[in-house]
Amino acid sequence: MRTKQVFLWYRKFWYAQCNPSKLMAKSLFEKVWDTHAVRTLANGQTQLLIGTHLIHEVTSPQAFGMLRDLGLPVLMPTRTFATVDHIVPTDELVEPYRDSLAQAMMDELRKNCADNNVTFFDRGTGKQGIVHIVGPEQGITQPGTTIACGDSHTSTHGAFGAIAFGIGTTQIRDVLATQTIALGKLKVRRIEVNGELRPGVYAKDVILHIIAQLGVNGGTGFAYEYAGTLFDSFTMEERMTVCNMSIEGGARVGYVNPDQTTVDYLQGRPYSPSGDDWDAAVERWLSFASDPGCAYDDVVVIDAADIAPSVTWGINPGQGISIEQSIPRPETAASDDEKASIEEALDYMKLQPGSPIKGTPINVAFLGSCTNGRFSDFQEVAKYIAGRQVAEGVKAIAVPGSQIVAAQCEKEGIDRILTEAGFEWRGAGCSMCLAMNPDKLIGDQLCASSSNRNFKGRQGSPTGRTVLMSPLMVAAAAVTGEVADAREVFGVN
Amino acid sequence: MALEKITTLTGQAINVPGNDIDTDRIIPARFLKCVTFDGLGEYLFYDVRKDADGNNKPHPLNEERFKSATILLSGANFGCGSSREHAPQAIQKYGFRGIVAESFAEIFFGNCTTLGIPCACASREDIAKIAAAVEVDPTIEVTIDVDRQEVRFGNDSVTVEIRGSARDALLNGRWDAIAELHEGVSQVQEVAGRLAYMSA
Repeated sequence: MRTKQVFLWYRKFWYAQCNPSKLMAKSLFEKVWDTHAVRTLANGQTQLLIGTHLIHEVTSPQAFGMLRDLGLPVLMPTRTFATVDHIVPTDELVEPYRDSLAQAMMDELRKNCADNNVTFFDRGTGKQGIVHIVGPEQGITQPGTTIACGDSHTSTHGAFGAIAFGIGTTQIRDVLATQTIALGKLKVRRIEVNGELRPGVYAKDVILHIIAQLGVNGGTGFAYEYAGTLFDSFTMEERMTVCNMSIEGGARVGYVNPDQTTVDYLQGRPYSPSGDDWDAAVERWLSFASDPGCAYDDVVVIDAADIAPSVTWGINPGQGISIEQSIPRPETAASDDEKASIEEALDYMKLQPGSPIKGTPINVAFLGSCTNGRFSDFQEVAKYIAGRQVAEGVKAIAVPGSQIVAAQCEKEGIDRILTEAGFEWRGAGCSMCLAMNPDKLIGDQLCASSSNRNFKGRQGSPTGRTVLMSPLMVAAAAVTGEVADAREVFGVN
Repeated sequence: MALEKITTLTGQAINVPGNDIDTDRIIPARFLKCVTFDGLGEYLFYDVRKDADGNNKPHPLNEERFKSATILLSGANFGCGSSREHAPQAIQKYGFRGIVAESFAEIFFGNCTTLGIPCACASREDIAKIAAAVEVDPTIEVTIDVDRQEVRFGNDSVTVEIRGSARDALLNGRWDAIAELHEGVSQVQEVAGRLAYMSA
């Protein structure tokens, strides 16, 4: 009897000591940071362990070159994974590519991976694709981990409760050589979106809304924690779309706390733990979720019902409005600065201030990218576009984010629905999101795009124009030949 | 591997005004098709400097009087967007050694520091003051003093801010972290050994 009481008392005491919510509640960011911090460097930054390193052909060759110059080996070759995405032609599957520079980059990556025993999801594997689609698909992206890649959209992987961020090439060298980088700790802003989205409003609209509200540099120095009942209800693919564009709001890192949705997505994937390891992994993963009552450096609360289908009208992703709104007038700007940037954007976009964005003629419709190139994106478009036709004079391309997405769409007949509607169905890659491959705008063509950046010249022509929107809005623009409200075009309600 | 201690740098300056100047504008994506960074300087700000036929458009970088500039002045959120290190590499290879702007995007700032390019934040008014002086006399000597966190030009000076860890790294010749990171490799192995996903 006494023993049991002592035991119960001891257990209570032990829990009080060990339960983080009793001691100090921590956010996911802090937990992941603390488990990966190696030591403090002389300048005060942290030497942070990068558990998972993803590489591609554009930003890694120079890093391997630096490593060779220093005579250093890759420290942990099994923790780096490669794929090829930016330069691959989506309409040319056989090598050598017509573009010899693209072929050279392909060859270089292949050689670097072979020489250093790095796993490469090459085109012949059936698993190639955009690096931010491949990682999750393979189960490489896991909760409670740190992930770095020489690409600013690495924040995508935060959807799984990982701390994932883009790095430069010199830091890729650092990760290859030491599996670490030097980094200062970020602050954490919780962005809580509660309620349900109205019909025809998608994850893309949520992030465009957030960026328009907080600004393109509002997230500098912050990791964004996306939370609230909307994110609880989101699928992994929706969470990825939002986390993907964190950097467009200035935040290097964006994440969602892991939950059962995360666990269900990861079960059975090639790199997910299996057998006895699975249960332990799930318990560990869920323990990384932010503790109730943990401190945040900032909290923003948004009502999901306030979000409408969004489109950009300018030359950065923060210059967005709802489809029902008109293009801003410079004279309504809150500051001289804003006035100047509105004028610069309108001049480049050749748009009239004060006129509705709806009805703006388009030349190209692009479905794809690491933001919206996943199965559910094409599935949603197929649901509504069946039986409709792309407007005359509009070039419409649908580019799956990975070979696995392509295969899944082809199995479900989604590729046929899209091609029957007048879309070209392409091979997997980054395609027209950044035009390092043959998919480019010509002259001042205007593109309705499901990608993530509308910077000047982003889609390959120095005068090309980009209007960012959700995949269904791209479909609506494709069939009407103008920027349109998908809810009206497809009777979504 | 001793690195240069970057305490001050002096040279001529050039103002490339504008806010939210992204890395696609600094170096357009089509010039990223390369396996080394050599030669990138030539394509710095290419699409705003050149027309479709490769002829010069009106741009400060095309003006003869600013040809010797080694210090770049700009606006807020400089270097936003893509994480491509090709952007700071192009800036450095063009001949710039330091940047003074209202604010910097985070990944760009880190990439610059790693290359030993000081990124100093100054107020809009102060940048305008430096720019005005440079406009009057492009040969005026401009100094970024990393240690004292000020920019001196002619008989004038303004206060700037260089974020703590970056300033320390520049001043002490630790801006390229590789040597220090490498010293910690045994601790790295230890921490990795405690993480199930890394030892699986």
